[in-house]
Amino acid sequence: MSFSIAIQADDFDVGAEYARLIEHDKRAGAVVFFVGRVREMNQSRVVSGLSLEHYPGMTERVLEQIMESARARWELISARIVHRVGALHLSDQIVFVGVTSQHREHAFQAAEFLMDFLKTQAPFWKKEITEQGEVWVDEHQKDKNASERW
Amino acid sequence: MIRVVFLAQLREQLGCAGIEIDSTEVSSISELKQYLLERYPEWSEFLEQKKLLIALNHEYARSDLPLVSGDEVAFFPPVTGG
Repeated sequence: MSFSIAIQADDFDVGAEYARLIEHDKRAGAVVFFVGRVREMNQSRVVSGLSLEHYPGMTERVLEQIMESARARWELISARIVHRVGALHLSDQIVFVGVTSQHREHAFQAAEFLMDFLKTQAPFWKKEITEQGEVWVDEHQKDKNASERW
Repeated sequence: MIRVVFLAQLREQLGCAGIEIDSTEVSSISELKQYLLERYPEWSEFLEQKKLLIALNHEYARSDLPLVSGDEVAFFPPVTGG
């Protein structure tokens, strides 16, 4: 049973994160994880990379609060959030969210909840490197709608 | 002293990552914003953006919260991580 977050410049290994989530655990029948990656097209711009900024001190705190909210709502055994910052290239991994629970409904819902709130609450900002130059990404209404359904 | 931090796009728009203000000058976040607008009128276009978010000591905050010496106030645009 472990709950942790990490904000790091380095890449993460999904296999190692999965192993960490289920380590010494015989109860978790369900594991759900999500990986977000740098995609080539965003809002009809061709993207070659991203620069990701955060607010040290606050970002960690918000991620911990989001995780606490998820634990209060669902029966979770473990959860892990990893978010990268700094310079990222096309197809790089950006974020990992993983949860384990006895049953899949809790794991699926909690993973979605964590991602929805991470996207709308956690102080991270993306700047895209495109053919037209550098562009700060705008917030998406669909992300706001997604977090409001909880 | 009150530390004021500007992040992401806002930092680039203002050309400033942060400043320190004597805590005797302002007693709330709204007073701090007023102080900045008077002192740096060229920032008004950016500091008055409706979508701007505010944090006090690393927690989201409303603008009527009081300030004391040692506080850190951050202004930043809507978040876009994940």
